[in-house]
Amino acid sequence: MTDKFKIRIRNLRKEFRSGGRTVIAVDDVSIDIAPGSFFMIVGPSGCGKTSLLRMVAGLDAPTSGSIAITDSAPGRPENAMVFQGESIFPWMSVWDNAAYGLTLRGRPKAKIKEVVDHYLDRTGLTKFAHAYPHQLSGGMKQRVSIARAFANDPEVLLMDEPFSALDEQNKTLLQEELLRIWEEHKKTVLFITHSVDEAVTLGDRIMVMTAHPGRSKAIIDVPFERPRSVLELRAQPEYGALVYRIWEQLREEVQLARSEAEKVGVAT
Amino acid sequence: MNTRQDWRTRAKVAASWGLDRGEGFRLSPARRDRLISVVSPMLLLALWEACARAGVFDVRFFPAPTTILTTLLHLAGSGELWTHTWASLQRLFWGFLVGGVPALFMGIAMGLSRPLRAAIDPLIAATYPIPKSAILPLILLIFGLGEASKIAMVAIGMFYPICINAVTGVLEINKIYLDVAKNFRASRWQMFRTVALPGALPFIMSGVKLGVGMGLILIAIAEMIGAKSGLGYMIWNAWEILSVETMYVGLLTIAVIGYVFSLAINELERWIIPWKAER
Repeated sequence: MTDKFKIRIRNLRKEFRSGGRTVIAVDDVSIDIAPGSFFMIVGPSGCGKTSLLRMVAGLDAPTSGSIAITDSAPGRPENAMVFQGESIFPWMSVWDNAAYGLTLRGRPKAKIKEVVDHYLDRTGLTKFAHAYPHQLSGGMKQRVSIARAFANDPEVLLMDEPFSALDEQNKTLLQEELLRIWEEHKKTVLFITHSVDEAVTLGDRIMVMTAHPGRSKAIIDVPFERPRSVLELRAQPEYGALVYRIWEQLREEVQLARSEAEKVGVAT
Repeated sequence: MNTRQDWRTRAKVAASWGLDRGEGFRLSPARRDRLISVVSPMLLLALWEACARAGVFDVRFFPAPTTILTTLLHLAGSGELWTHTWASLQRLFWGFLVGGVPALFMGIAMGLSRPLRAAIDPLIAATYPIPKSAILPLILLIFGLGEASKIAMVAIGMFYPICINAVTGVLEINKIYLDVAKNFRASRWQMFRTVALPGALPFIMSGVKLGVGMGLILIAIAEMIGAKSGLGYMIWNAWEILSVETMYVGLLTIAVIGYVFSLAINELERWIIPWKAER
């Protein structure tokens, strides 16, 4: 039983009170995520996917439902999150940022150095170890954020649109790098995105979410082999077919989200 | 070929001397500004000196700069100036320790905790506008005429700007950093040390600057009443014996202390906030 899933989410629901109205952000979502798999959630903007991830991260409490994460080793942190946008501490050097989780847990200095050096090397940041974030580009900052999450050696990695602020070329590069680092240990990943391309490129399974409230619309398996190369993968006709299939699922949700927004008078 | 290179070297040498071909002597704007900022107070002092000597100024109120300087050297030589300066500096230090340091911790705690902020904010908002000099009699009543009342005045003066700035500093920290610390399971103390304190530091340093200024004002006032040492006492005593030059020496010393502190704090800032982009 414990081997079948790493993350089990059952009937998860999140309500917000805003201006006397109750808004349902996430409604009745149930997912089983297999150990070592790359699970993607794709949905239109504002569909509650970030709310869902924040609940899994333990940052917000669910209104109802349950989240269970299977522990594999005692003392290992349950999760580490790569946030959307700039989340690395501007007052710490790249090295200190990457070492953050291990330092908080009071691991031995030598161990911290070994792990941090390893992930800085993997993310190509060794030369910038002593730089401060304001000296780095957006792509480099997100690399630091990824190194920080991996270095903490969590049970599961949570990623909240980590590449959405980057330009196309940087995005592709970072996706490649992420896959390469991930191949080392094959940690379970729960990855949120609004990009269908990203979902198909990275994921083993993809959940499409509905807009308002966020429900699970479909779960689709991604059949491509690993290790993957982003560009080669995208050249395959099967890739395009799968992107198209998911887009069809997503299209009416995006349109729905947009008409909802027009009703309320919010720009998307 | 050779001559051309010769000219180039010469041009370089000329440029390094601030000389330009055809236009003679020229300074870069930055150098010129620095020169002006040094020369203008000198000119002013020279004008003052001239006016005092020529009898345009009443030297009973505006003694010539050279007279003030002589008094300064005399007071420094007798050790009197150092005794008073040291007494004031010590009170400033203890005032900072008693008022500024708790203000820092309290401000950060208030920034992190909404209930605490709700509880203490009205108290601060209500007591902050009271002129600190106006509570000196009350402070004298409570703490007596000794050191404690002087230190209390400085402490009160330092408390407000540092506390208020620390609260603002924490509130200005992007919420995402608090989320990151939470996600990494930071304890309360770790949250304080790794996020709230460093994140609020730029604001806190502005608060310290304001606090030191306030402390200097209040120490001078407090020492004028019921003190037997300190720069404030020196100035007040000089008034009583009508030694105007000594008053000027006291004012000058306070000005110098303020200036040196602001330089030191700026340097400290550069050192402890290296992550702020160069200004």
